Amino acid sequence: MIEFRQVTKRYDSDHTALRQVNFGLERGELAFLTGHSGAGKSTLLKLIMVMERPSAGEVIVGGQVLNTLPRRQVPYIRRHIGVVFQNHQLLFDRTVFDNVAMPLEVMGTPARDIGRRVRAALDKVGLLSKEKMNPLQLSGGEQQRVGIARAVVNKPPVLLADEPTGNLDPELSADIMRLFTEFSQVGVTVLIATHDIALINDLGRRTLTLDHGRLVAGVAGGRHG
Amino acid sequence: MANNPRKQQSRGAKSALSPWRQQAESYLNHHRKVARDSAQRLWKSPVASMMTWTVMGVALALPVALMLLLASLEGVSAGWESSARVTAYLNDSVTIEEAQALKAEVADDSRVAEVELIDRDTALEEFRASSGLEDALDYLEGNPLPHTLLVTPSESSRTADGVDMLLTVIEGLDGVERVQVDLGWLQRLNAMTDLLGRAVWALALLLAAAVVLVIGNTVRLAIENRRDEILVAKLVGGTDAFVRRPFLYTGAWFGLGGGVVAWVLLQLSLWWLSGPVERLAGLYRSEFSLNGLSFDGALALIIAAMLLGWLGAWVAVKRHLDDIEPGEIAGG
Repeated sequence: MIEFRQVTKRYDSDHTALRQVNFGLERGELAFLTGHSGAGKSTLLKLIMVMERPSAGEVIVGGQVLNTLPRRQVPYIRRHIGVVFQNHQLLFDRTVFDNVAMPLEVMGTPARDIGRRVRAALDKVGLLSKEKMNPLQLSGGEQQRVGIARAVVNKPPVLLADEPTGNLDPELSADIMRLFTEFSQVGVTVLIATHDIALINDLGRRTLTLDHGRLVAGVAGGRHG
Repeated sequence: MANNPRKQQSRGAKSALSPWRQQAESYLNHHRKVARDSAQRLWKSPVASMMTWTVMGVALALPVALMLLLASLEGVSAGWESSARVTAYLNDSVTIEEAQALKAEVADDSRVAEVELIDRDTALEEFRASSGLEDALDYLEGNPLPHTLLVTPSESSRTADGVDMLLTVIEGLDGVERVQVDLGWLQRLNAMTDLLGRAVWALALLLAAAVVLVIGNTVRLAIENRRDEILVAKLVGGTDAFVRRPFLYTGAWFGLGGGVVAWVLLQLSLWWLSGPVERLAGLYRSEFSLNGLSFDGALALIIAAMLLGWLGAWVAVKRHLDDIEPGEIAGG
């Protein structure tokens, strides 16, 4: 589902964020992405979301090579990638429902389908009763779950998470990881960037470790092809 | 909305392609929703919106008012042109018979509708009656007035050029001393309205540019205010058109409000001026009247205002929206 081939990302002549990174993630696979801060985790995620383009090598998502993708095609790729942020990026000028509905609205989903699918996603994260509230009224863990509902409401084949449990206590973190595991079980490819070693050890999944832009662990495990 | 990438990689996505009818319907629904939403946003900050509308209204009302004034002036000169007459004074030595022959000659010209001969005696009588100089005239030895031909040009020659041509022909006739036409001031008025017309168009262009810039700036602020929303919309796969749409509608609504304000301003000043104008025209025994905007004109004004607003929004969107890229969001 996601494949990196010899990917290098250079920002300036002296700053190289990623060096010849190779890995592949299968459909339904759940993997962690870890490394010290500045190791290139967010660069790697940005390359998948086409927020950045690689300096060399190929990034392939869902069979599509992203390097040469024209700018106007980028939105259509992003519709197949759900993203969860540490600071959730929710909009506080609208209800929880409207926040979750955004990915469907940009796709032009008919209104009746929006209601059904938003409620299904909110139900999945256990927040169905709070759809009419403003995200500001929710706790940190709840806000994060709204972010997750928004990321999965259009059933993307790929789900990325950037420090999704950063501000949460272990119990809430475990809840959220359980959600991610469930998504991977229905075929979603999940990649979670995190510092939280305990979390990684608990789940015992494949872990991609970056060190100064190089992938030093977790290369194997994905069956390439 | 294009769906091709979706087709290529819908393996994981269960969502089936909706039939295009449904897509079109939801596209229209979205337009309706965005249009309503951006109108409501303007409505929610009435003071700021009203100020923008007023700025636009004033900027639009000014050139339109001048254009209306010009149109009224042109109406005046058109009325006068149709009544233009050429007066040909004949030589003193021309006898009444020769004058009658000249009259017949002029009347034969196809550019002439009617010729009237006023012989010198009749002319003196008329002058005596109308001038009130009876006593003074009695002191004159003879009749100082010549025979006169009053020539009315035919319909097709009642233009400034046509009258000019006719003038040259009559001037060239034997026995004609001097030709006079009361077109001089009319030509000056025409020249003035021409000049004024150009000035008004130049002013209109400048003010239209000002309107575009004002709306552009207002929309730029709106874009800054909704930065987060734009970022998220781009993150979840909103196309550029999707992200632009609310701002383009905002610009159009600003234009609508500005057009309406301009129309109200025009009607108000017309109402305020109509009394004095009538009195003035009455003093000049002129048919002159200030004409307001017709229904079509008002509609054109409002549509033009909406287009200008939309254009201003487009300028702002082009300059500022593309700069907002979600690159800086992902931290860690």
